[in-house]
Amino acid sequence: MIQVIFKRLLMLVPVLIGITLIGFLLLQVMPGDAAERAMGTRASAEELAEMRRLWGLDLPVWQQYLLFLRDCLTGSFGVSIFHKKEVITLVAERLPFTLGIVALSTLIALVIALPFASLAALRRGRPADHAIRQIFVALIAVPPFWLSYVLILWLSLRLGWFPTGGVGEGLAENLYRLFLPSLVVGLSTAALIQQTLRAALIDTMKADYVDTARAKGLRRHEIFLRHVMPNSLISTISIIGVRVSWIIGGTVVVEKIFSVPGLGSLLIDAIVSRDLPVIRGLTVFFAIMVVIVNLITDILYALADPRVRLE
Amino acid sequence: MQVLKDLLRSPAGALALLMLLATLLATLLTPLLSPYDPFALDFGNALQPPSAAHWFGTDNFGRDIFTRVMAGAVYDLRLALICVFGPMAFGVLIGLVSGFFGGRVDAALMRLTDIVWAFPFYVLVLAIVGVLGPSEANLYIAFFLVNWIGYARIVRGETLLIGRLEFIEATRVLRFGKPRIMLRHILPNAVTPALVYSMSDVVLTVQAVAALSFFGLGVQPPAPEWGLLIVESIDYMREAPWMTLFPGLAIVWIGIAFSLLGEGLSVALKPKG
Repeated sequence: MIQVIFKRLLMLVPVLIGITLIGFLLLQVMPGDAAERAMGTRASAEELAEMRRLWGLDLPVWQQYLLFLRDCLTGSFGVSIFHKKEVITLVAERLPFTLGIVALSTLIALVIALPFASLAALRRGRPADHAIRQIFVALIAVPPFWLSYVLILWLSLRLGWFPTGGVGEGLAENLYRLFLPSLVVGLSTAALIQQTLRAALIDTMKADYVDTARAKGLRRHEIFLRHVMPNSLISTISIIGVRVSWIIGGTVVVEKIFSVPGLGSLLIDAIVSRDLPVIRGLTVFFAIMVVIVNLITDILYALADPRVRLE
Repeated sequence: MQVLKDLLRSPAGALALLMLLATLLATLLTPLLSPYDPFALDFGNALQPPSAAHWFGTDNFGRDIFTRVMAGAVYDLRLALICVFGPMAFGVLIGLVSGFFGGRVDAALMRLTDIVWAFPFYVLVLAIVGVLGPSEANLYIAFFLVNWIGYARIVRGETLLIGRLEFIEATRVLRFGKPRIMLRHILPNAVTPALVYSMSDVVLTVQAVAALSFFGLGVQPPAPEWGLLIVESIDYMREAPWMTLFPGLAIVWIGIAFSLLGEGLSVALKPKG
């Protein structure tokens, strides 16, 4: 197992290099002079020259790439123009909030998807199944940024149950404050999981060991809860791992709306203030995060299901 | 034509076509249905709730929201359809060539798509628009750079599968030219799943286009684009919730229509026999 994991880590190297290359190209294809675009038109000639030197913009392209690669390998991911800090420092301050939304929204998505998927699988092809599918089709059609405001209007402003945004002190306080943004992301993830989980449940219900359990005389709900559900959940969780890129994307959109100082807000602020090193460093960081989560899910999946072999 | 017939026979497809037809008619007939101009200011009528005179109410400048939402449909649908079907055409071609010829080009292409797929969709689109600067043209560039990949992967996989089937073997025996085999025999079969996928892509792209405009990174004001209508409504959300509500419901409406169309197409395009 250790050997297999090591091999998988080695296979990651070309992917990671590719990711840094795309991050690098992102700024390379930008029209006009990078320093000028970053500093704005008010910067003096000396300031621009200093900027170019600091950034290595006067070097040949391949050297610039190596410099960026070094920044990624040493873990700094570049230096912010606006904050005058390393990108990784900015990321470290904000990562807990983003991870909080990712984790909480996944939990919410499972809590929503589980009963609906079970009902749909048990009533396959009947009106309840069709109705549930239509509900989730409608859910996919709801744009998260708009849903955020509808929920703020309804749950925060009208009913006063939740704050309209921001974060607080301590875990409990933050879980409460992150609930609404996580609900928005969780609802769109739930739509995704529900379909997969329903299919997995139906598939598992056809398995031989389920027939065996029935032959043993176990009751229907016992079979469903003890045999069908756990086995279907394993494959569903591996799907969540594959879709983590989607969940993180959703988080980026809602963070700004709920004034959560996470990575998404950092990205949008960097775009507005044209903090190019942050845009590049963060984009690469996001992709690396996705790749690592995918790897961890693969490993956990192989551990949970011995039939699956990691190549 | 046969596809259209099959589409109309499936409940989801028929409902989808009905919804889209209604949208098209409403958009075309708006000048007849509503006496208002989407841009004309009328401060005497600002923030009116929905009524017989103003079906969706009015905004802070007294503009009729129904007229603006309908004008927005033209914007959002045009943007979303170009941002889906433009990259789709490119991706289908790349996937077809890659899957048909295989070899080193194919391997390199698959590595590339693996790497690009590691980037969350919104992060990559936001970053590209952020680097290029916010404008409608750059929004197109960002979507073109990102959206073709899914189609390339789907069509490549299908091409690999179909290429092994007997009837393709037959075209080889008949010494048909490679372009003819690819375009006349593989493409029509390989493109079906891509077409079904493109419908869910439209749903997400309508949302993404609106989201980018919402963050000030896409279509610029005073265009009546739906995302812009929503961002303009935020300050008035408490006293005039209809300003926020209706443009969002328009996005939901279009989203449901295309989801259903995808469902109908997947049934209508299924191989028969």
